[in-house]
Amino acid sequence: MTARVITFSSGKGGVGKTTTTANLAVALASANHKVVCIDADIGLRNLDVVLGLENRIVYDLVDVIEGRCRIRQAMIRDKRYENLFLIPAAQTRDKTAVSPSDMVRLCNELRPDFDWILIDSPAGIERGFRNAIAPADIVVVVTNPEVSALRDADRVIGLVEAEEKGPARLVINRLNSVMVKRGEMLDTNDVLELLAIELLGIVPEDEQVIISTNRGQPVAMDEKTKAGKAFHNIARRLNGENVPFLPLGDDNNIFNKIGKMFKPGGN
Amino acid sequence: MMNFNENKSIQIKGINEGLLITMGEGNWVDLEKELLAILEEKAKFFNGAKIALDVGGHVLRAADLGMLRDRFSDKGITIWAVLGSSPSTEMNAQMLGMATRLSAPAHERKIHSINTDNIPGEEAIFIHRTLRSGFKVDYDGHVVVLGDVNPGAEIYASGSVVIWGRVRGSILAGMPENHAASVCALELTPTLLRIAGVTYLPSKRKGKNQPEMARIENGQVVVESWKIKS
Repeated sequence: MTARVITFSSGKGGVGKTTTTANLAVALASANHKVVCIDADIGLRNLDVVLGLENRIVYDLVDVIEGRCRIRQAMIRDKRYENLFLIPAAQTRDKTAVSPSDMVRLCNELRPDFDWILIDSPAGIERGFRNAIAPADIVVVVTNPEVSALRDADRVIGLVEAEEKGPARLVINRLNSVMVKRGEMLDTNDVLELLAIELLGIVPEDEQVIISTNRGQPVAMDEKTKAGKAFHNIARRLNGENVPFLPLGDDNNIFNKIGKMFKPGGN
Repeated sequence: MMNFNENKSIQIKGINEGLLITMGEGNWVDLEKELLAILEEKAKFFNGAKIALDVGGHVLRAADLGMLRDRFSDKGITIWAVLGSSPSTEMNAQMLGMATRLSAPAHERKIHSINTDNIPGEEAIFIHRTLRSGFKVDYDGHVVVLGDVNPGAEIYASGSVVIWGRVRGSILAGMPENHAASVCALELTPTLLRIAGVTYLPSKRKGKNQPEMARIENGQVVVESWKIKS
């Protein structure tokens, strides 16, 4: 096995980097890939909560880097997916506790044992961001269809190019098809026109994401949810499959209505 | 910049973080000898200095780095950082507890000007990429971009600016007061457009975007369709 390292970044905070990391980890693990997630947001760790593993932390990333434990000791194995591991961030330190070369070395040590290494980058473009993208083979930029998020995403894409990690790939998160239809939200084309990078996936806005995040059960555990399905599709695309993008029309268009007549219970 | 030797293979200059010593190309053994000679010669001057050593593409073993660090520290000089393009050099430096980056790495990309010796007075740079948010081009001459200028990007030029793409960022042309300068783009919807210090106040746009040219007329910036007049 030689793992590929994917770093999830965005510039702006709150667009769904951690949610995307957690859900893709679940989607890849449920497809029998061996996955380790690294939370690079030292000082503001979240990924453990979203994955529902926060009460199992003993050692963290900084302990590994500073040699207080072996990598194995800091890896938490998910009980629901035995292929899924997490290396949590330290909560009591800050970004300067780790350097970009530390991250490269850590990932190189992990590579032989995994299919995927997913790194959750902190918001911003400072040290934490550079730590997170240093070992990356692929950088995935997560954005929302909002002007402020797009500008930050554009900046990050430029920085990723400057670090010769490009071209980055794009996940558009929290797209609300009803608002797009009413012309109140940027649509996929507007986003792609500006950012001009390869689209990896579109995740529709879905209340289930909030519910599942609070419960520590990533929404991708339930492939029937809208967002969960989108994350599984992204995982397949990362794996080289050619998966068509989900039709983003809301559920009330004429074809869906006809479909529902024949399919009680809907989708 | 202070050059301590005529031979330019080793350069020393002051930076915010202390002194930066840049090692040139060539045989490392010779370079190292030269560096140590400089050290002996200028030891008093360097005393107490913090040094970042840029070794470029040279691959150094931990033993090489350790030797240098010790020789320098004998003279009261700290090598706190080793910069280099080789990952193994970087790793070795880290193992010795040295930094491998200056605190503020430059994300600015270098832009080279085109040689225009044969056309007097007309200097231009050609940029074949999209200028993304946070990218600034500051050039004394004309600027030609094959790509878009995204929101948050900025071009500052003393001459004219031509963009074969969509402009949504900021363009300052003819700075500070070159009234002959113009700005052309396939789609001109800038955040800010200023020519020779005069700011363009965009009016309500009607119809589809089309190639446009902005220039100074009677002290105002006017924008009109970019057409070749026969």
